[in-house]
Amino acid sequence: MNFVVPDFAPAVTELFVAGMSLVILLLTVFMRESARNIGYVLTQLTLIVAALLTIFTMDGQVRVTLSDMYVDDLMGDVLKILICFSVITALIYGRGYAADRGFDRPEYHLLALFSTLGMMVMVTANHFLSLYIGLEMLSLSLYGLVAFDRDSARSTEAAMKYFILGALASGLLLYGMSMVYGATGNLSLSGVAQAIYNQAAVYDGVSSKTVLMFGLVFIVAGLAFKLGVVPFHMWVPDVYHGAPTSVTLMIGTAPKLAAFAMAMRLLVGGLFDLAEHWQTMLMLMAVGSLVLGNIAAIAQTNLKRMLAYSGISHMGFLLLGLLSGVVEGDRFNALNAYTSSMFYAIAYVVMSLASFGIIILLSRSGFEAENIDDLKGLNKRSSWFAAMMMIIMFSMAGIPFFIGFFAKLSVLQSLVAADMVWLAVLAVMMSLVGAFYYLRVVKVMYFDEPVDTAPIHAASDIRVLLSANCLAIAFLGLLPQQLIDLCQLALVASFQG
Amino acid sequence: MSEMQNLYLVVPLAPLAGAILAGLFGKAIGRTGAHVATILGVAVALFASILIYQDVQAGNTFNGTVYTWATSGNLSLEVGFLIDELTVMMMLVVTFVSLMVHLYTIGYMQEDPGYQRFFSYISLFTFSMLMLVMSNNFLQLFFGWEAVGLVSYLLIGFWYTRPTAIFANMKAFLVNRVGDFGFLLGIGLVAAHTGSLDYAEVFAQADALSAKTIELFPGAPWLLISVICICLFIGAMGKSAQVPLHVWLPDSMEGPTPISALIHAATMVTAGIFMVARMSPLFELSETALSFVIVIGATTALFMGFLGIVQNDIKRVVAYSTLSQLGYMTVALGVSAYSAAVFHLMTHAFFKALLFLGAGSVIIGMHHDQDMRNMGGLWKYMKITWFTSLVGSLALIGFPFLSGFFSKDSIIEAVHFSTIPGAGYAYFCVIVGVFVTAFYSFRMYFLVFHGKERFGQAHHDHHGDHDDEEPSDDHHHGLAPGQKPHESPWVVTVPLILLAIPSVLIGFFTIEPMLFGDWFKRAIHVTASHDTIGQFAEHFHGAAAMAMHGFTTLPFFLAMAGVVLAWFFYLVKPEIPAAIMRTFKPLHTLLDNKYYFDKFNEVVFAGGSRLLGQGLWKGGDQGVIDGLIVNGTARTISLVAQASRLLQSGHIYMYAFSMIIGLCVLLSLWFSVV
Repeated sequence: MNFVVPDFAPAVTELFVAGMSLVILLLTVFMRESARNIGYVLTQLTLIVAALLTIFTMDGQVRVTLSDMYVDDLMGDVLKILICFSVITALIYGRGYAADRGFDRPEYHLLALFSTLGMMVMVTANHFLSLYIGLEMLSLSLYGLVAFDRDSARSTEAAMKYFILGALASGLLLYGMSMVYGATGNLSLSGVAQAIYNQAAVYDGVSSKTVLMFGLVFIVAGLAFKLGVVPFHMWVPDVYHGAPTSVTLMIGTAPKLAAFAMAMRLLVGGLFDLAEHWQTMLMLMAVGSLVLGNIAAIAQTNLKRMLAYSGISHMGFLLLGLLSGVVEGDRFNALNAYTSSMFYAIAYVVMSLASFGIIILLSRSGFEAENIDDLKGLNKRSSWFAAMMMIIMFSMAGIPFFIGFFAKLSVLQSLVAADMVWLAVLAVMMSLVGAFYYLRVVKVMYFDEPVDTAPIHAASDIRVLLSANCLAIAFLGLLPQQLIDLCQLALVASFQG
Repeated sequence: MSEMQNLYLVVPLAPLAGAILAGLFGKAIGRTGAHVATILGVAVALFASILIYQDVQAGNTFNGTVYTWATSGNLSLEVGFLIDELTVMMMLVVTFVSLMVHLYTIGYMQEDPGYQRFFSYISLFTFSMLMLVMSNNFLQLFFGWEAVGLVSYLLIGFWYTRPTAIFANMKAFLVNRVGDFGFLLGIGLVAAHTGSLDYAEVFAQADALSAKTIELFPGAPWLLISVICICLFIGAMGKSAQVPLHVWLPDSMEGPTPISALIHAATMVTAGIFMVARMSPLFELSETALSFVIVIGATTALFMGFLGIVQNDIKRVVAYSTLSQLGYMTVALGVSAYSAAVFHLMTHAFFKALLFLGAGSVIIGMHHDQDMRNMGGLWKYMKITWFTSLVGSLALIGFPFLSGFFSKDSIIEAVHFSTIPGAGYAYFCVIVGVFVTAFYSFRMYFLVFHGKERFGQAHHDHHGDHDDEEPSDDHHHGLAPGQKPHESPWVVTVPLILLAIPSVLIGFFTIEPMLFGDWFKRAIHVTASHDTIGQFAEHFHGAAAMAMHGFTTLPFFLAMAGVVLAWFFYLVKPEIPAAIMRTFKPLHTLLDNKYYFDKFNEVVFAGGSRLLGQGLWKGGDQGVIDGLIVNGTARTISLVAQASRLLQSGHIYMYAFSMIIGLCVLLSLWFSVV
């Protein structure tokens, strides 16, 4: 057996982030308390360099390396860049918040960095094992982050719930993977795809396909947990609510991109020939998410919980995009479908960052601005940020011409192209229900008298970045086509149709 | 070419920048800052237009996309420019008149607290109008169309504390909605049947369109192209104030006078004319639509002229004159003399802007008294205004050698040659219209500038009987007894002089290239059988010859008869009109009530809508929608929402249980298939 040194070049970003996290870990261990800023600065620098590295090494090539474990393609690159920027933004937003509550310790930033590494591994995984490792790396870091405010009972309870349910989901996923391995004899995603394709012609009995289908169901369940769709959504409101807002910000944003990548890798990359089966499953979950997410959000008085339910419904929309790819074995709509889904994921992350950013902006030491009532009369306190929040809410509700509208539109177009008109109608009706709670926020900001009259004091970096973030929502609504084209390009280059 | 493309962008964007500066930062930059910024913007646009004009003259036209907004299926929504002869002419007219009006406004609005706002609006208007004329697709056309409508609405209601102004701007807005409804239907039909909004692509498919029919009512097929053209023309009727959608234009005089000159005379109201000329490849294919256009235009041209005779408000006379002249242009469109229509559009823009600004200058001199019965003999006090108004009036009535003569006579000749159904009626209307035009124009001229000096008598007792016409007191001072009118400042008189020059000259120099040369060859399409201008061309032997011949034609005699009659009635024997008024009381009442269009609209349309609204509100909305559907749905949803809160109990075993249930459901999917 001869050992060949693998080609590390395609994985340079991940290796860099991994190396830097170790460096930061060691540095901060030997650093005095007062120099804790270094950890933050280094983390941000690492993320920026990682994004730049990805940008400069980006090309349309698909390169598989590290014994089939790792794939470097355009979709992965685009998503990695977005993940980096999303985490950078989240850390900037959350910094003041964390400092006020005394948990901006080096570990906090390190965990964020480790979670980013996990996400990157997920995004570029070409193998069940690397995917699983990435997922666990992400999840374990997030458990830690949720529990970071360890003196808060709510925070620890949320972390506990997240951990237990996460462990369950991770078990389901692993079980599913093992069964797929049993049925196909492969762990690499491309190998699995090949094996299923070859076997499709020669399935003699039900038995091996049953094993495969069992595996598929368990994998979909694990995936659904990560996306947070009904009925695997129960953790979402509690964790979003319980975690410190700066951590909610991190859970609710970049991991959604990673989860989308995971869905693409597993379902489209590995199990594409079973599309008609997993599409039905996604359909059930999407409908459930749209209905439950939107309706339950109405009953919420807590803004973070409301956004959690709204996130569930958005993930339902994302699934709608994924499930419209294959129509009765015909793949003509696949590209449109996955493009719309990717576009939706990106749009959601941009909006989600901004919405939690506003909550953080309004919070101050000893006060969490997390109830809808806390937004009352925001227009009188700061008409600028009221306008920004209005942009976010309009965009989330899908009002033209913000990015959220085009995200919804592209998913709906894909559904209609796939002859799933009833799903499109349902999605529109549920969006209408959703418009109620988004517009309620706007109403409260503009028409109610302020309860909390304290001036908003936030660092200027948050103010500027948050404004830019919100304006990006409006601006991307004017130029949606470019982003859609980018998604399409990335998917074409990565999956060849 | 890319430098030219940048230049194209400069034209609309410079006024927009001015509008933004004056509008959003008006307080910061102050009054002077506001007018400097906006005037600079418009001047840059004018200058760029001149450069583009030279470029077009050298044969460089352009049709391309600047920015793709979105793509929906095969339909792409774009912003693009079509720069050809027609466009560049409109650009020159719009920017030139706009610049004059900007200058003039400095004097006219001097004391107004909304100074910056006003400048911002008129610059915004200039931007919108330029976007409209430079468009290469229906979407952008519609954008410009609606944007000029919006600015018009804002400016009619500029003095928003006056109830009459608010009423007038609502009216303008609502009446234009009716037109836009047709316009939008037309655009929709075009998009549905050609799959494109781009002019060039649509025109390329025009022949294919003309073969299609559409069933508006089951069993009655219509030519699709006729339906499209009539729908589009209904839009033009709203914007260009053609009967019966004209009712908003006289009321729009509630706005400040510079606006009446710019928007409600020279440019915006001609958008409809421009649009139809632009759509000539479509209109040419439908004789039905052309007939419709002729009849509407002819009716407007004559019957709105009559109304000018009975008005006492100086601005309203000019407003009705505008309506009548728009009717002339529409008639020209109907007889396929698109170039004559556009030619008249251009000359009219100059002399009508001149007349309006002159009227404005009179109003300044009279301290915002607009009633002609209080004027008379002003020529001694306002020499420049007097002379330029005389020039404008002569141009309007079509006195040979002046610009109006060339354009109006060309239209009359074109109508004469036309064989389209309705052309006979139109010929009668435009010929009689010449007499009427001359009569009301010189009635106004004599009443204002000549005869006994009637001002300074504090004549304010007419409020009672003319409530709906008179501006309310805050701007209606009039001269105090003994006070004399005075000439307006130079910012007012200079634009008058600058506008008087093209009013005299432009017709003479441009008639040959515009009507008979190949200036519009690429922009306007006329089928051979409709080519009235071509027939007219055979009788044309140069502008000077045409003007000389003009002294011996029927229109000239009619015009002179009108002038003489006006002179006799209002200077020599002022008691005659009063006697006639008494004798023909019913006729006068009819005219005074503007043929009862307003009454009719108020009772039938407004009343009907209110009744319908009431019914839908009480029965439909409050009963079914609110009661059953909205509140019913809301109650159901809130019940479900409460129930879902119960599920979210916080107990972790419930959460895990839900996951397991979900897994089982997903598994059962497979086994139910097997």
